[in-house]
Amino acid sequence: MMLADALIVSAILFSIGVVGVLTRRNAIILFMCVELMLNAVNLSFVVFAKMHGVGGHVFVIMVMTIAAAEAAVGLAIVISVFRHFGAVDLQNLKLLRR
Amino acid sequence: MTPFYRFQFYLFALMAIGAALLFVTRKSPVSAALWLVNVMFALSGLYVMLDAPFVAAVQVLVYAGAIMVVFVFVVMLLNLGRPNALPDLREVSVRIGAGLVGVALLANLLAVRRETLPSVDFAPAVDNVVTPVAESLFTDYLLAFELTSILLLVAIIGAVVLAKRRAVA
Repeated sequence: MMLADALIVSAILFSIGVVGVLTRRNAIILFMCVELMLNAVNLSFVVFAKMHGVGGHVFVIMVMTIAAAEAAVGLAIVISVFRHFGAVDLQNLKLLRR
Repeated sequence: MTPFYRFQFYLFALMAIGAALLFVTRKSPVSAALWLVNVMFALSGLYVMLDAPFVAAVQVLVYAGAIMVVFVFVVMLLNLGRPNALPDLREVSVRIGAGLVGVALLANLLAVRRETLPSVDFAPAVDNVVTPVAESLFTDYLLAFELTSILLLVAIIGAVVLAKRRAVA
């Protein structure tokens, strides 16, 4: 049952990503934790593609595209926050207004 | 499934989990990013072993090659390479809560997956996986594909607008 083991690896990676998002304050590391969670989901999709056909691979490619778009916009926001506060600490981000 | 295959599989799996643990515990964003690249390479190895070589190649090219480069580039641009003076980790109570949430989530996911997993073992390997993926992408998922391209355009415009804006009111 190696497919089940691959799914367990995916669950462990996803949980590590969740814990990282909940415990860190650095916005860039937080984004990287989200990327880790997306990667864990991609592993699940590949395993399910192994069981049910090629649709899972298509979804992995979609997820990668979305992740690239998310990283571009998110890092642009991080740069904008850094310009305003001089740090990427999420403690600063208590208000949406300037 | 030869023992060699099995050994490689668990090697890559352990590599992914170990690198992920090191990734969340690093203080410096640069070392965290490099450990995350390590996770992505290990996952790419797992994809190859699960008969998805195209996805593995895209994983290395797009994730490890493009997205993580953008991350490291932003770290370099903002000069965040060394850990900052403010404590990066949240308070102890939040950390314990996050650990509990993580363990609960893991138990939940494991329980769900143990329950419903059908007893399908490895299908026979196909020698060409790119053609079915492409056919499926351009027939069944054509609408999603086109919408993704529009989303990418929107993301490009949004990123340029957000990053160009000056910090004046």
